[in-house]
Amino acid sequence: MNVIDTSRPPERAAAKVADFKPSLLLSENHHLCPGCGEPVAIRLILEVIQELNLTQNNVCILGHGCYGSFIMQMDVDSTLCLHGRGPAVATGMKRMRPDVAIWTLQGDGDMASEGLAEIMHTAARGENITCFMLNNGVFGDTGGQMTAASVVGQRTKNTIEGRDAAYHGNPIKVAEILANMDGTAYVARGSVHNAASINATRKLIRKAFLRPMHGHGLALMEILTMCPTGWFVPPGQGAEYMMESLGKVYGLGELKDVASETETVNP
Amino acid sequence: MSEVNTHTSNPAARRKVTRGTVVIAADRCKGCELCIPACPPQVLSMSAGVNAHGYPYPELAPGCTGCTACLLVCPDFVFQIYRYDEPIVDELSAGEAQQ
Amino acid sequence: MSKMRLLDGSEAIAEAAIMAGMKFYAGYPIAPATELLEYFAAKLPTAGGVCINADTEIEAVNMALGAAQVGARAATGSCGQGLALKQEAIAEAALNETPLVVFNMARNQQDYFQATRGGGWGDYHTVTLAPKDLHEAVEHTHLAFHIADKYRVPVIFMGDNLIARTQMGTSLPVPELDPLPPKDWALDGKMGGTGKSRWIWTFGGGKAGNPGLGPDGYWRQIAEKFEHIARQEMRHEQGFCEDAETVVVAFGSGGKYVEYVVRELREEGYKVGYFRPITLWPFPGPALEAATRNARNIFVFELNAGQMIQDVMLSVEGRHRIKSIGGVSFDDSGLNIGPMMDARIIRERILAQLNGEPIRQLPISGMGAYL
Repeated sequence: MNVIDTSRPPERAAAKVADFKPSLLLSENHHLCPGCGEPVAIRLILEVIQELNLTQNNVCILGHGCYGSFIMQMDVDSTLCLHGRGPAVATGMKRMRPDVAIWTLQGDGDMASEGLAEIMHTAARGENITCFMLNNGVFGDTGGQMTAASVVGQRTKNTIEGRDAAYHGNPIKVAEILANMDGTAYVARGSVHNAASINATRKLIRKAFLRPMHGHGLALMEILTMCPTGWFVPPGQGAEYMMESLGKVYGLGELKDVASETETVNP
Repeated sequence: MSEVNTHTSNPAARRKVTRGTVVIAADRCKGCELCIPACPPQVLSMSAGVNAHGYPYPELAPGCTGCTACLLVCPDFVFQIYRYDEPIVDELSAGEAQQ
Repeated sequence: MSKMRLLDGSEAIAEAAIMAGMKFYAGYPIAPATELLEYFAAKLPTAGGVCINADTEIEAVNMALGAAQVGARAATGSCGQGLALKQEAIAEAALNETPLVVFNMARNQQDYFQATRGGGWGDYHTVTLAPKDLHEAVEHTHLAFHIADKYRVPVIFMGDNLIARTQMGTSLPVPELDPLPPKDWALDGKMGGTGKSRWIWTFGGGKAGNPGLGPDGYWRQIAEKFEHIARQEMRHEQGFCEDAETVVVAFGSGGKYVEYVVRELREEGYKVGYFRPITLWPFPGPALEAATRNARNIFVFELNAGQMIQDVMLSVEGRHRIKSIGGVSFDDSGLNIGPMMDARIIRERILAQLNGEPIRQLPISGMGAYL
């Protein structure tokens, strides 16, 4: 095959249409595993923050999970809080700085397992914050154990034969619960398993920032992310595995939106 | 495989159009291969060799459209995307056109 | 300074906190800290602040952490049972340098260990202020926020149900305190995209291109900071110690009772003195050592099975006859200070120890409140 030299920008006249990283990342380097979906989701979030001119008006609260290491990469004011407590920390911040976009970056272990009480009560209070749950159905940071969001049948390091509902319990669908609560303005579930889903998710993330900024209440933006390491599949098969497992249980799209489409503009 | 212009009366003069290109930071690649099926014109394939960290990395063949799909799916920020001001048009041999 | 008002301790503390500029409080009802929450709920919104009735103690303290991290003076409160739930976040505040005030309106004096030893992970201590009455509680409320901001640390205000619920006349004076540095570390959200964005993180890692000290270096720095605070912030009160053969040590409300009894015994010719640690951490060990240099006996009065007595022993290193004259003592509800907090009983116990007589045990309070 005729391989093109891709080690440097083209000599022929061309326009750069997309850069390696979003400008709100300080470095492209990170220690997350091959095929991980989390950096893809983080790229989208940071790009939307820029699109909405929130770059110098936002604070991120990171939970505990692999994504937490991005506190060192993201060029936004941020804190890494106690496991699961992000929405509580965000509440204190938002109440003291109502004009700043406050957002949490959590995983399913952080939100659905350790931090279920915090997200539920924060949603019920209708805090005007945006909460992201990067859902890979597994504790990736500790090597692949069952979370509250692991789907029935899913093999993890402590459900070796697959999650058995009778023995290990059933998954908790945080988005579906929050969509039925007063206090939430926007609940959606996206995915990063292919380019089309990534582009669709970007649009959802945009609304997830806008609704709280307009005072409508809490936005929960769940994003299905691949964790091939935690699923024990080759990195290249992560996307397919995800849609065959988590994707069957966690349907994509908007679950709730209290605002009209016309409000999908810059704050 | 690659984008092939079939709207020509002469089969022997089939053309491959390359509208864009990418810069690949091969040393940053972790070899996950997510970009391979993501590429609509299917002009990415994994290298036979490996980078400094021991991972194979994507290589680009003619036919890139500069669509950014590879960049979107890449967890390791390996891609930078360019679109040419003027597309490159390669005349294909009969053998290549039949691939 | 406002005119004199008759207030209970909880209301006085709430007023003082608001005067100190506290803008955020989150709590969860628990006796005897409930009134503090109620007063804040009533008073804080009109003072431009926010009071949230959190769903758990844990949520409450983490809310306060968030409020403090964006630069507001923030606090949470509970009693010992709730303090136990908040310990992880108190450790977090110590290790990620968030100024935070925790009002512990204790039910008794059994929270000494969990306040002074650090109930969470990591090498830290919690500055603990133990007022003896409402007047000092007002002063300590201001001081707690000041120390928290000065060193970016959590501070425990160690009250009790006597302080919370006893009414006294107060003009709510504001103590004069040194000016504080600006909170240029606060996460105001304005530094995104500048390459100098801020972070608050217990692991001390920085940003790509501007790495912090890393966990090892950062935690050494934190430990050094607490050593510095220990040298700077020891506070105590003492009386009649110069020629005292016996010094009685007590903290908080107990200290006030002991002071009363010691004055009484002095008038009767006994060579006794009193020593009251005002900061439980840092424990004023050098001052205690100096105050007891000429004494033979150190008696420790605390309503627990012997917690502060360990710090007393560490401070004087065995040159004295150190005896506990306190003990566990609750009322029959289990929620309040028991009958041992009584000047007559303290007097009886000091004299018994001086005379080498056995200490009379108090009858058990029983379950009267429940039966």
